[in-house]
Amino acid sequence: MIELRDITKDYRMGEMDIRALSGVSLSVGHGELIAIMGPSGSGKSTLMNVLGCLDRPSGGSYTFESREISAMSDDDLAHVRNAKIGFVFQSFNLLPRFTALKNVEMPLIYSGVPAKGRTERAVPVLEKVGLQDRMLHKPSELSGGQQQRVAIARALVNHPSLLLADEPTGNLDSRSGAEILNILVDLNRQGVTIMIVTHDHDIAARCKRIINLKDGMIVGDQAVP
Amino acid sequence: MNFLETFKVALESILSNKVRSGLTMLGVIIGVLAVILLVSIGEGAQVYITKELTGMGTNLLIITPGKTSTSGGFHPPSAGTVRKLTYDDSQALKRRAWLLSESVPLVFGTGRIKYQNMGRDTMIIGTAPEFQSIRNLFVDSGSFVTQGDVDSKAKVVVLGTKVKEELFGQDNALGRAVTLSDARYRVVGVMQKRGTSLGMDLDDIVFIPVTSGQELFDTDGLFEIIASTPRAEDVDRAIAQIKDVLIRRHAHKEDFTIQTQGAMLSTMNTILGVLTAVLGGIAGISLLVGGIGIMNIMLVSVRERTREIGIRKAIGARNRDIMAQFLIEAIALSGVGGIIGIVLGVGIAFLIPMFITVLPTSVSLWSIVMAFSFSMAVGVFFGVYPARKASLQDPITALRYE
Repeated sequence: MIELRDITKDYRMGEMDIRALSGVSLSVGHGELIAIMGPSGSGKSTLMNVLGCLDRPSGGSYTFESREISAMSDDDLAHVRNAKIGFVFQSFNLLPRFTALKNVEMPLIYSGVPAKGRTERAVPVLEKVGLQDRMLHKPSELSGGQQQRVAIARALVNHPSLLLADEPTGNLDSRSGAEILNILVDLNRQGVTIMIVTHDHDIAARCKRIINLKDGMIVGDQAVP
Repeated sequence: MNFLETFKVALESILSNKVRSGLTMLGVIIGVLAVILLVSIGEGAQVYITKELTGMGTNLLIITPGKTSTSGGFHPPSAGTVRKLTYDDSQALKRRAWLLSESVPLVFGTGRIKYQNMGRDTMIIGTAPEFQSIRNLFVDSGSFVTQGDVDSKAKVVVLGTKVKEELFGQDNALGRAVTLSDARYRVVGVMQKRGTSLGMDLDDIVFIPVTSGQELFDTDGLFEIIASTPRAEDVDRAIAQIKDVLIRRHAHKEDFTIQTQGAMLSTMNTILGVLTAVLGGIAGISLLVGGIGIMNIMLVSVRERTREIGIRKAIGARNRDIMAQFLIEAIALSGVGGIIGIVLGVGIAFLIPMFITVLPTSVSLWSIVMAFSFSMAVGVFFGVYPARKASLQDPITALRYE
């Protein structure tokens, strides 16, 4: 499903060029559950941004479902993010002015789904993450775990091929964190491809494959027994 | 994302910050209100002047001695002696310029009218009977100056209502003797009440025969001849006829000026039109300032919602979706402000004449349309920069923004 070949990413910081990724090659198949680990500054976030089509690589080739991403226009990238990729962030990133339901409906607005159809599709996803009673609450009225579940529902509402989670339990207490992890593992069992960036070895242990990054390179890639 | 969706999103965010949105709109509201109000005052003056000038009688021609277009500058020595317009000139026009329905000789000035121990400074007009019909001013009781009075230089006077009331009160004035500049005159008529027109009190005038007036003002000429044509289309030919008659009588020199009411009207309208445009322009500047207010708030709003922009982009908003969202927000601010401004402006324009009677207003459709489209244009113009700034945010940086 995903093929990365010799991906590099350079940033300019003042006078210095910083190489965040230096030659990452990776392939991901359907239905995988992958943990991406590595110390800070190892290039995990950059890799996530590239995989999530938020950023274009400086070099190399990235094919997503046999489409070349690196040469796409901003609008095409937006479309891929909208239809194919779901994001779950450490800090939830919900829009505070809107209810849980509206937040989940948001990606469908940009897919051109009319208002009625949006609600019809958002409600079952919210039920799936166990928030049927909190749909009309705003993020400030929800606990951290509940907010992250709204974010997962938002990521899932457009039936993406890939779910990217960046430290999804980093801002949660251990119980909520475990719940979120259970939801993700459960989703993977239903066939959703998931990649989780994490520091937490316990989380990594629940995944099927662990990729270790260091200095912008993959230094380890093994299946979890 | 279609327009309606974008509009709803924009409206939601405007409503989520009511005080700020209201204050931002206030700039546009005041701007639109000022445009509509000031233009309505200018237009009102125009309508008023037109009404008053046409109320004087239609198709008027005013002939004055001296050629205004050749006055000043360098002249041959003989040009300094301007031949006066005479009573005979006016009689000649009456006989020979057949296109004219009327032609009335006129002398005027101010003088003191006295009755017993009371006196009043007033306007004195020396004229002929046709004055009544040509200026739409009619006698109420008694009679106006007659042709016989003119021919015999009769010492008779017709009083305006205000003069009559001041000197005689409720008493009958007809037949009484008054003194005009040391000469005794007999009151033969009292005019109808007419009120003020173009700053002149039409009731504070007395009328005497033109010949007696020449004696009173010690002149053998006329100050002007008023003529009229039955139809507006005849005005140009009538001017040619007047010129023909008078030039022949004035030793083949055009030493007089003919003004038409139409020309006066168009001059006035030009002046007032410029005035209206200037007032509207000044008000337009305040609308521009309102637009800058919108831009300012939109820039703040873009900055505050950087993270929102990042989130929206991450879940699939294209640059143009973000651009549309913020642009429509700016246009909605200025559009709603514009509508409120129009409602207030039209309302106040209707109220003004009720409280300040000397200030007539007239709200024209074009000023409303112009003010509204200008306010929308201001929204677009000042909304584009912040909206563009929002749409070009890098999603990764925007997502990290605290």
